[in-house]
Amino acid sequence: MSPRRVTVTECPGGPLLIRGADEVVGIDGTTGTADRAVVAMCRCGRSERLPWCDDSHRAKRRRKQSTKTEKTEKAEKAEKTEKTD
Amino acid sequence: MRLPEPCGPLSEGVVRALTAEASGPQPVPEPRAVGDVVFPLADRDLQLALWILYELHYRGYDGIDPGAEWDPLLLVSRAALERVFERAVRSLADQAAPDEGDPGRGDDPAERVTRELTRMTVREGPGETVRFLERRATRDEFVSYLRRRAVHHLRESDPHSFLLPRLGGAAKVGLAELQYDEYGSGRPDRLHQELFAAALRSLDLSTDLASYAEEADAATLASVNVMSLFALNRRLRGAALGHLAAFEATSSLPCDRIARGAQRLGLPAEVAAYYEEHVVADAVHEQLAIRTICGALVADEPELADDVLMGARACLALDGLAAQAQLDAWLGARSAPRRSTSRRAG
Repeated sequence: MSPRRVTVTECPGGPLLIRGADEVVGIDGTTGTADRAVVAMCRCGRSERLPWCDDSHRAKRRRKQSTKTEKTEKAEKAEKTEKTD
Repeated sequence: MRLPEPCGPLSEGVVRALTAEASGPQPVPEPRAVGDVVFPLADRDLQLALWILYELHYRGYDGIDPGAEWDPLLLVSRAALERVFERAVRSLADQAAPDEGDPGRGDDPAERVTRELTRMTVREGPGETVRFLERRATRDEFVSYLRRRAVHHLRESDPHSFLLPRLGGAAKVGLAELQYDEYGSGRPDRLHQELFAAALRSLDLSTDLASYAEEADAATLASVNVMSLFALNRRLRGAALGHLAAFEATSSLPCDRIARGAQRLGLPAEVAAYYEEHVVADAVHEQLAIRTICGALVADEPELADDVLMGARACLALDGLAAQAQLDAWLGARSAPRRSTSRRAG
């Protein structure tokens, strides 16, 4: 049998797709065990599931901030719903 | 599975044709001409009739002759329903198409498609429905969402398996890779359909697909039927893969919010686990679907580029209609009983 092949594919503006890896060490030092045939490794550092990509690079703003603004958004939402009632 | 209860003349016709005695399937009678359907995407009777016919190609029904799948008379009926449905889907997708007269001529078609798929799915922010689940939904409202989504998730990924023999080269390999992950990466307990069934069971909900088809509104059935329409008709394979790409690329971020909603409500761990799995899995699938699969398909068959984009637009538009129907149901139920007394809103 031929030796196992590990490949890394770069996705422009997105993660690295890695095939054939056992472990991946993320940019914050977190080690993830690859339990699927292809894994997506975060490159932007915004993921909350490092070393894996969680698509946070697509979010309009950092998710960490979203918890901070949760209260204000909630208040806005409540106000909006009251108006439509 | 049992046959769902019909809800109008078209679905009654299908059920009657399937349950006809002795001589096997009968032609679907048409007490109401399919041509009379004005809004196919909002017509529950038409959508249920189609859903029942499509299911013959998946797991079928208890006590119904498996040969009904290829019964010529039933196929003729299905084709008539599909024509009306496809026309409506195309016109909905066209409405969502950008107006620019020149779709980048001279551009490499595969590049154009991957760029356009990325653009249209990035623009799609988290919908109201998803934010509602994350922050406001009660346990009952959350459960009603799971019930609605069951027609999709209990058959998750199955439509796309029909596409594998219709593709070649890198697109086929990419789709097989994606499907392997959807189907548990070699572990039956990780099968995505099974993860969803486990979530239902953790809440003491049934996993009887027929009962969820009976509950589902027209928009929800249409959002599921469109996958069968695209996947079972080889000529629509481009649209099927575009649909897949749009679906996968708009899944991770919403699933993260829905998982938070499940945790906020203290629902059993299986519920959040289903959505958590999809945050990471669909971040992979998005790249596979947009680049490897759709990119390779269009590089191979450039004439399918527009179909790929049509399928993607149809996915976003139909899922949008289904999400809106869900939101309307929640808000309607909240405001109906205590309209004037309650000012509670969040």
